[in-house]
Amino acid sequence: MTRETTISIVIVAGLLAAAFIAQAMGETFYITLATRMAILGLAATGLNIALGLGGLVSFGHAAFFGIGGYAAGILATHAFNSEPLLLGLPGTNQMIVIWIAGAIAAGLVAVLIGLISLRTSGVYFIMITLAFAQMIYYFAISWPAYGGEDGLSIYVRNAFPGANTLAPMSFFLICFGLLALGLVLFALIRASRFGAALQAGRQNETRLAAVGIAPFRVRLTAFVISAMMTALAGALFADLNRFVSPSMFSWHMSGELIVLIILGGVGRLAGPLAGAIVYVLFEFALGGITEHWQFFLGLILLAVVLFARGGVMGLLAGRARHG
Amino acid sequence: MAEPILDIRDLKKSFGALKATDGVSLDLRPGEIHALIGPNGAGKSTLIHQIAGSLKPDSGEIRFEGRDVKPLDMAARARLGMGRTFQVSSLAPEFSALRNVMLAVQARQGSSFRFFKPVMHDRGLTEPAHEALARVGLSDRADVPAAELSHGERRQLEIAIALALGAKAFLLDEPMAGMGPEGSQALTRFLDRLRGEAPILLIEHDMDAVFALADRISVLVYGRIIATGSVDEIRNHPAVREAYLGDGA
Ligand SMILES: Nc1ncnc2c1ncn2[C@@H]1O[C@H](COP(=O)(O)OP(=O)(O)O)[C@@H](O)[C@H]1O
Ligand SMILES: [Mg+2]
Repeated sequence: MTRETTISIVIVAGLLAAAFIAQAMGETFYITLATRMAILGLAATGLNIALGLGGLVSFGHAAFFGIGGYAAGILATHAFNSEPLLLGLPGTNQMIVIWIAGAIAAGLVAVLIGLISLRTSGVYFIMITLAFAQMIYYFAISWPAYGGEDGLSIYVRNAFPGANTLAPMSFFLICFGLLALGLVLFALIRASRFGAALQAGRQNETRLAAVGIAPFRVRLTAFVISAMMTALAGALFADLNRFVSPSMFSWHMSGELIVLIILGGVGRLAGPLAGAIVYVLFEFALGGITEHWQFFLGLILLAVVLFARGGVMGLLAGRARHG
Repeated sequence: MAEPILDIRDLKKSFGALKATDGVSLDLRPGEIHALIGPNGAGKSTLIHQIAGSLKPDSGEIRFEGRDVKPLDMAARARLGMGRTFQVSSLAPEFSALRNVMLAVQARQGSSFRFFKPVMHDRGLTEPAHEALARVGLSDRADVPAAELSHGERRQLEIAIALALGAKAFLLDEPMAGMGPEGSQALTRFLDRLRGEAPILLIEHDMDAVFALADRISVLVYGRIIATGSVDEIRNHPAVREAYLGDGA
């Protein structure tokens, strides 16, 4: 096992242990913090496929996070009110159905955004993905059917077979399970032929084309997978807060996901999770003291960019090696 | 005469007022090494770029195995069998030499949309890649990241990649540059055998190598081919001597 794998497993196991310790101490609030870490870690792991492996700096992944969130909110609302959704299809309060619906919706939107934005690169790509997410943001604000600016409440947390999702620990375990699956998928993709093409395209697009692999299709596929994983996290986020609002689509959210990856280590297996852990701890520790905690976070980020390029994973596991 | 693998007719390309390719016609026949020589800035690399698809010509024809490749992009032309090396090496710098070659093997197998099997345990990839590295003499450098290889080694690695692609023609842009005399001689012997596998369009400044290897030589000056012929014909060609080889060459 590589050092990176070992450290990744320690981080993931640490999160699980922390939740169980909080449970044993009866501190449900800390379980909620751990749940937040797992969900943000999953969202950023999704982005890490596009950004970390593919070098696609999407500044619009909030779009997919929000689509997942709204899938949960909208389906739950229709189920709650017993109103058919469209074409006579009912809403649902089943998480599994919601996840599938959210991921598919985000995947379709990602195909559209990707088809256009992936024809550009660098700053243009960043700006176009941002523009698409902002369009969706303004659409959500001005769409009164689902709460517009005020957002949408989920009155009862959605259901999962065999679990009482209202119990903090049960919900944490659901989120943790998906996070673990997300990390396994990331690791598999990174080591696969597809991952090889994707990472080669990040390092040198001309080289990829010169061996006969067209970068565009590889990137589009990665972008869609990435979006679907982030959407899944968005659905969980909605159930965590039992509330969705257009802020899930905002550029702050997109920026936050990028920050998590930079903090934790770009392209590293547990990087986004490590970033999410640091971020949530920071928000918790400083958020109570000062409203301007993000200023201090900014300082840390600056330090990471200047002095610890590989983020948390770079410090713990050393530089990335590619076999 | 055998059908040429690569056939270029009246190719033109300008950068603003500069005619980098000015009506070039040239072909590459099975089994031959066709050397393209000419002073710096003559347009040799620009020609390779247009053949391989990384630059679009303004006009003219490029046929590969009888097929018009002008509508195809670089990746599609590579899949047809153009094995190309770059004057300034172009590799995946973080990947090891082996992984750079493995990328070519997977491309040749047409299998880049497999998501679950780890490549490093995939003998269908590692074995052909090791073979290609062995052929260019880079076996002991297989695990070194491309960024840490010397200039000469990167050149060798690019050739290994072209081998792993199963190229039907090699387009080599100054493969000897930065290699040192021993490396050049080894590569000369290697290319001599390679022509039996697939013909080579060889851009090279090393005249010993060119005269030792070439079946035909074309001389490019200011975007025009001023002469094409055998080694002896080119050596004794007055215009060539004047324009390029200079006195005493
Ligand atoms: N992308 C480009 N834009 C403008 N001029 C170029 C470009 N590429 C090459 N040139 C010019 O075209 C001429 C031929 O260049 P090149 O093909 O690299 O020559 P060679 O390989 O024979 O040394 C040079 O004058 C060079 O400066
Ligand atoms: Mg050149």
